Amino acid sequence: MTQPQSVGVVTPRTQRFIEPLLLTSGGRLEEYELVYETYGELNADRSNAVLVCHALSGSHHVAGYYADAPDNVGWWDNLVGPGKPLDTRKFFVIGVNNLGGCYGSTGPTSIDPATGKSYGASFPFVTVEDWVASQARLADVLGIQRFAAVVGGSLGGMQALSWTLQYPNRVANAAVIAAAPKLSAENIAFNEVARQAILTDPDYHDGDYTAHGVVPERGLRLARMVGHITYLSDDAMAEKFGRSLRHGKQVFSYEAEFEIESYLRYQGKKFAGYFDANTYLLTTKALDYFDPAFEYGGNLSAALSRAQAEFLVVSFSTDWRFPPERSHDIVQALLHNRRSVSYAEIDSAAGHDSFLLNDAIYHGVLSAYFDRIKVTAHV
Amino acid sequence: MSKLRYDFQAIAEWIGEGETVLDLGCGDGSLLRHLADTRGVLGYGVEADPENVKASIRNGINVLQIDLERGLAGFEDGFFDHVVMSFSLQAIHNTIGILTEMLRVGHEAVVSFPNFAYWRHRQAILNGHMPVSENLPHQWYNTPNVRFFTIADFEDLCAMNSIVIRDAIGFDEGVRVREEPNFLASVGLFRLGREH
Repeated sequence: MTQPQSVGVVTPRTQRFIEPLLLTSGGRLEEYELVYETYGELNADRSNAVLVCHALSGSHHVAGYYADAPDNVGWWDNLVGPGKPLDTRKFFVIGVNNLGGCYGSTGPTSIDPATGKSYGASFPFVTVEDWVASQARLADVLGIQRFAAVVGGSLGGMQALSWTLQYPNRVANAAVIAAAPKLSAENIAFNEVARQAILTDPDYHDGDYTAHGVVPERGLRLARMVGHITYLSDDAMAEKFGRSLRHGKQVFSYEAEFEIESYLRYQGKKFAGYFDANTYLLTTKALDYFDPAFEYGGNLSAALSRAQAEFLVVSFSTDWRFPPERSHDIVQALLHNRRSVSYAEIDSAAGHDSFLLNDAIYHGVLSAYFDRIKVTAHV
Repeated sequence: MSKLRYDFQAIAEWIGEGETVLDLGCGDGSLLRHLADTRGVLGYGVEADPENVKASIRNGINVLQIDLERGLAGFEDGFFDHVVMSFSLQAIHNTIGILTEMLRVGHEAVVSFPNFAYWRHRQAILNGHMPVSENLPHQWYNTPNVRFFTIADFEDLCAMNSIVIRDAIGFDEGVRVREEPNFLASVGLFRLGREH
């Protein structure tokens, strides 16, 4: 067993699509671009491709780093690389920035060819299903008829699940991690608070803030702060910050006194410096809308009857945003359909964020699953 | 690790081609692997231990990480042809509850357990000590077992709960016992059902 390594320097690529994409919302994109990265090599019979789908603030930059920015390491670098659970000596791994994103794929900050100006708030609503449809077109371009696996955590897990329903014959395995078949009312409530923070920011300007030369930074900061609370667990927060005071004593001020206040403000400010507000709004709506059972009268088993893939479902004990019970729902629906499914419930203190962390048992489960996927060896 | 256990063959004889099997406390998945290879079953294992979950996944079987003490609420009535629990019944508090659940989600249940009335165990007690053997490898202070019962006790429990014993085999350290199983068998293997 060799030491796990980085995939090294990576370079994003851009694929342009000129065939219009009809969207679930009824909108359409006449043309669009997807930015993506790949790691490892596609084998001769193209059977070793793995698609990694990203969550709310993720991107196509899954692993490795950039030559001109060695500190910009991919968001799932601990998972993808030579000797890592998604071993790039075996698999050809693809990361794609979703439509409506702000990392290079066509999104609200892109120029609308119809107007010559950035889309801003006029960018159409996109859904998980739309993302999957656009990813399938990228797969077509790359000559991948069938993925060895589609993998994702959180919102990425929803995409992996949706792949098995939209393209049952194009997915051999799906790893659905820290995900849910739909958001709860509480989850939608948190998203709505985040959206209202952005929508009511005076700098939002009905979404056309770019034309006004500003960004709704305050709204984005608040949105991220609320989000961060829900990604951690009570225990993790208590352990990491407790009631620690920055000045060692109470100073009776609205400055960041408690360490948790300081942490949230830092995270909010950092996020507002790089993430696009319209992308945040669109993406949280995509989360809220996802519900494959909706058109089956709420019957998830009926909705999942189309799936043909083998499944790995993973949840984390302290994840209250996408709790183990929602993964149980997926497992039970798959079981009802006599699908192959394994389910691991990882004991972790870190809440929803656990899916991004390097836990030995979690990664051991992923390694065990990915190792058993059969692909034709490289020649 | 995945050495074929003597009870696997007996269990396999009770299971038909392509049937659906739930294995409670499936360990590293060896039994389901064996049943998939020899009977082409659709199998699911239930396991609480993370190392066993990993081993089962590596073994290529479906494994679900569920704590058996919480019951089988997620499984549908009569979904499985067989529900197997091999050497785990003695480690579960809610004995009647789990047997009832096994026969709710499965048409048949198969259980195996160490027989505390095995003659060597009786001898150990006569000599003043709790039995320690191949099937009871732990000391009294570190055993995961919480229920200590005999083949005769188990038969009584089945009768009291309207559980039909369709087959029973006793093993003495891996060899089938023909008579006096409650005395001569270290392990009891039962095939259970309900009255139709």
